[in-house]
Amino acid sequence: MPLLEINGLHATVDGKPILNGIDLVIEAGEVHAIMGPNGSGKSTLAYVLAGREGYEVTAGEIRYDGKDLLEMAADERARAGLFLAFQYPVEIPGVAGTTFLKAALNAIRGHRGESPLDAMQFLKFVREKAGALNITDDMLRRSLNVGFSGGEKKRNEALQMAVLEPKMAILDETDSGLDIDALKLVASGVNALRAPDRSLLVITHYQRLLDYIVPDYVHILADGRIVRSGDKLLAVELEEKGYGAFVGAKAA
Amino acid sequence: MARKSTPFADEALVAGAPWIDALRGDALACYREQGLPTARSEAWKFTNLRRLERIAFAPSPAKGTPVAEIPDGIAALDGAYRAVFVNGRFDAAQSRLGDLPKGVEIGSLAAVDPDLLEPYLGRIADTQVHPLAALNTAYMADGLYMKLADNAVLDAPLHLISIASAGETAQRFHPRHLVVLGENATATLVESHVGAGETFSNTVLEADLGVSAMLNHYKLQNEAPDAFHIAFSQIRLADRASYDGFVLQTGARLARNEVRVQLGDRVECRLNGAYLGRGDQHIDNTTFIDHTAPNSTSREVYKGVLDDRARGVFQGKILVRKDAQKTNGHQLNKTLLLSRGTEMDSKPELEIYADDVKCGHGATTGELEEDALFYLRARGIAPAEARAMLVAAFLSDAVAEIQAEQPRAAFQAVVDQWLDATEASTR
Repeated sequence: MPLLEINGLHATVDGKPILNGIDLVIEAGEVHAIMGPNGSGKSTLAYVLAGREGYEVTAGEIRYDGKDLLEMAADERARAGLFLAFQYPVEIPGVAGTTFLKAALNAIRGHRGESPLDAMQFLKFVREKAGALNITDDMLRRSLNVGFSGGEKKRNEALQMAVLEPKMAILDETDSGLDIDALKLVASGVNALRAPDRSLLVITHYQRLLDYIVPDYVHILADGRIVRSGDKLLAVELEEKGYGAFVGAKAA
Repeated sequence: MARKSTPFADEALVAGAPWIDALRGDALACYREQGLPTARSEAWKFTNLRRLERIAFAPSPAKGTPVAEIPDGIAALDGAYRAVFVNGRFDAAQSRLGDLPKGVEIGSLAAVDPDLLEPYLGRIADTQVHPLAALNTAYMADGLYMKLADNAVLDAPLHLISIASAGETAQRFHPRHLVVLGENATATLVESHVGAGETFSNTVLEADLGVSAMLNHYKLQNEAPDAFHIAFSQIRLADRASYDGFVLQTGARLARNEVRVQLGDRVECRLNGAYLGRGDQHIDNTTFIDHTAPNSTSREVYKGVLDDRARGVFQGKILVRKDAQKTNGHQLNKTLLLSRGTEMDSKPELEIYADDVKCGHGATTGELEEDALFYLRARGIAPAEARAMLVAAFLSDAVAEIQAEQPRAAFQAVVDQWLDATEASTR
């Protein structure tokens, strides 16, 4: 059974069709990349998967881990192991990073039938993960994402992913706004999480990220449909020819 | 023109020292002339007292005041001195005022020689501007008397516990508190207003701070669901005095807390607050900061959360008089609305006559941010907990304005309890 199976997915935002029939199957342990130009529906797909309100599914279905994903609320999906690394992580003044992460981790542990971690256990666990991502105690203590640089926010997303240990992680343009050092750091954090029972869906505009997080499959999204699928070489081909060569193929 | 209404003015005035008799007589005349405030008066535009008039409040008797134990809901202040008042009258048995430091007098206002009160009582508060404060002056019977001599230091907070208590019959009373700090004196005063039953507490507090005196003054209004709480405080700050004020209102059916401060030269004034309303509560915070002299700083931050059908009012006026050059004034009012049935009226007002001043103000009213809520939920946090985290975050820097550590923790605990109840009700 695939971990994620999307069949004929259509979705609208404010009544405007954005996704126009997406089919995608991701098996456990696989890394898929979705590439597409601006406005092709990449972020909409990410939000539909994560369960954001305002994204209306008008046709199609999504099976996740044997369940009907569209029947689940956003927080249920997260507790069931689905994780979205945000393109624009939200700043939340007054909520300390550690408070937030502890609440999230214990919600997910509760769902898995594990006992909550106490403050000491939690801190020890988080510090181990944070060190690899160059995240300081000060960053953890501060209000969530407040005053963080673009790179710090993305590292923080990678930390959350490392701590919450999802089954299915969706990375929405994780490379945007990152310099090369930060990109390598985040990519190595993501790669450390690759596992036979964990799948990744990497959404990106550029091939650059895929040099560091090497996908098993690459899909090109245009006008809300997958117009071409292939292996990692498709990303290289796309980089050479540009989106124009593929977007025209949508009628095919 | 609509007929003036003057309820609660049927008691005979208590005779005493001639100057007090004159004060009472003038005040009663003032109340009768103005009547109970109505929405036609600008100052009472958003707070309607008609409901107050429909209840047959009896004057709380001088003798045989119901003995009331201290209910839950007071600020938790271990080691504080304690002055307890039941329906405005001093309750010696429940008070703890032994071993006061040198130069500190604390007790019942009714027990103080009127000659000692004459320079202060009714001289600090401008009760002409507030008909119910005038009514208080006419009928005041007792309250807190706190006087610190020059350089005196109160070594632990004084906890004024005001219990509003009514059984079968609704009760009205007029507590009158007087706080006088001599030059360079220092004190912390914490007020907890709690109670049970249908009560109308109409309080006036006058405070006079001498040169370089310091007062921390924190008030918790946590009265019973059927209570009406009307309070008027006026604080006079002499040169170089500093005042750290905070008002947390979370109780009562209808509450209005009005604070007026007058600032001398080089005064530091902090006048902050928070309000938490649910059900059909109406909570009004009205403030007036009067910069009369140069070089003073005032900071005012009021934050509130309203749920269900609760209504909030913030009226904050800052007056910078012509001589008050180099004034630094900052005012902010922020309200979070958790439900569509809530209403907030916010009226910030700056009136500036000096030309070399720095004054800013802002007011925002809004709902929880959907982006933030989704972000928390996308990490597995259930909606009720996510909302509670965001509400707590909104309030996290409100109580933090309180400078004194122990009262700050005590007030935060009250806020946390309110938040827990809110989270529980949205599950």
